[in-house]
Amino acid sequence: MSQKIIEIDILRYRPELDDEPFTQVFEIPYNADMSILEALQYIKDHLDSTISFRWSCRMAICGSCGLMVNGVPKLGCKAFLRDYHPKKITLEPLANFPIERDLVVVMDDFIKKLEEIKPYIIPVKNEEGKTKCLSDGAYQQTPEQMEKYKQFSMCINCGLCYAACPQYGLDTKFTGPAALALIARYNRDSRDAGSAERMKIVSQEEGVWGCTFVGYCSVVCPKGVDPAAAIQLLKVESSKDYLIGMFKPE
Amino acid sequence: MLENKEKTYTRSHEPVFWGLFGAGGMLTAFLTPVMILITGLLIPLGIIDKGNFNYQTIHSFATTWYGASIVLVLVALPLWHTLHRIFHALHDLGIKRGRDWQQVLSYGFAFAVSVFVFTLLLQIL
Ligand code: SF4
Ligand code: FES
Repeated sequence: MSQKIIEIDILRYRPELDDEPFTQVFEIPYNADMSILEALQYIKDHLDSTISFRWSCRMAICGSCGLMVNGVPKLGCKAFLRDYHPKKITLEPLANFPIERDLVVVMDDFIKKLEEIKPYIIPVKNEEGKTKCLSDGAYQQTPEQMEKYKQFSMCINCGLCYAACPQYGLDTKFTGPAALALIARYNRDSRDAGSAERMKIVSQEEGVWGCTFVGYCSVVCPKGVDPAAAIQLLKVESSKDYLIGMFKPE
Repeated sequence: MLENKEKTYTRSHEPVFWGLFGAGGMLTAFLTPVMILITGLLIPLGIIDKGNFNYQTIHSFATTWYGASIVLVLVALPLWHTLHRIFHALHDLGIKRGRDWQQVLSYGFAFAVSVFVFTLLLQIL
């Protein structure tokens, strides 16, 4: 039996050599259980060692292998050749991000946004301004309380939703899906007391109001986070906040 | 590089427009099909008696205070919905010039027509 092959087009860009990105075509042996990431590794090992791409865990948990597969944001390790064969596959770096090299993008803006929303539990303070001491025991949470945020805590910061978001594409000032979903994750956590601080980010034009509910972020998210739903929930919160603010100016 | 000073955050007034947009969207989604069904199909097909929809009946409906409020809501909210959507569609199409003017024109139009309908209704009341 002759070995089936599959054609993979890769957008390449080596800043020190190329004025602009160009497409390089590869042909590799087709394997039904081969992921796109493994295909890239095959290319790097056997065909062209200069090609650059990010990866680490190979199991959809580190979030580093995001790229555009036929124009759709995907995790390279979670997309398989069998879903494309016998058609060819086109690989490009994640849309809406500047290209650093080949399939590697500059994620600084995304990381900055994740940091800005204070993605950690800000504990309640008592009258003396102190937080609960470790010796006072753990924070307790009921399954219902956990259910309120659990889905939004599944994010692996892969950035696929930013590549999918037309609003982020138009204006990178927009806080964006993952960072807003992460705000929902912490604001909805019963152990957290940082809502007021984060709502300032939410209620800006660049916060939830930059979103027009296209919903593609939730379609491409590999972890079922549903950032679009998180943003809608935050829009309601921000509106409540706005109403309260009208009657109780700070 | 990390910025040390806290950023200043400006609250958006979008909740007002989003609220009107949402309410208008609900109305449009639920009532427009019903209205099209009644006026576009059921009446022409004679399933609903045309007699109930003559000028006099509608006029007397519109001149009650609740009838007038229903007419106002039915005209104004879908209008706010539409113009909000148009305003954002202009952004989506990448028309960057004169965003504030686009805003004034969009919401100004919705506001003007709402006021217009409101005055008209007040006059016939
Ligand atoms: S919300 Fe989903 S798509 Fe967006 S960064 Fe998190 S895991 Fe990736
Ligand atoms: S390699 Fe870690 S998510 Fe794909």
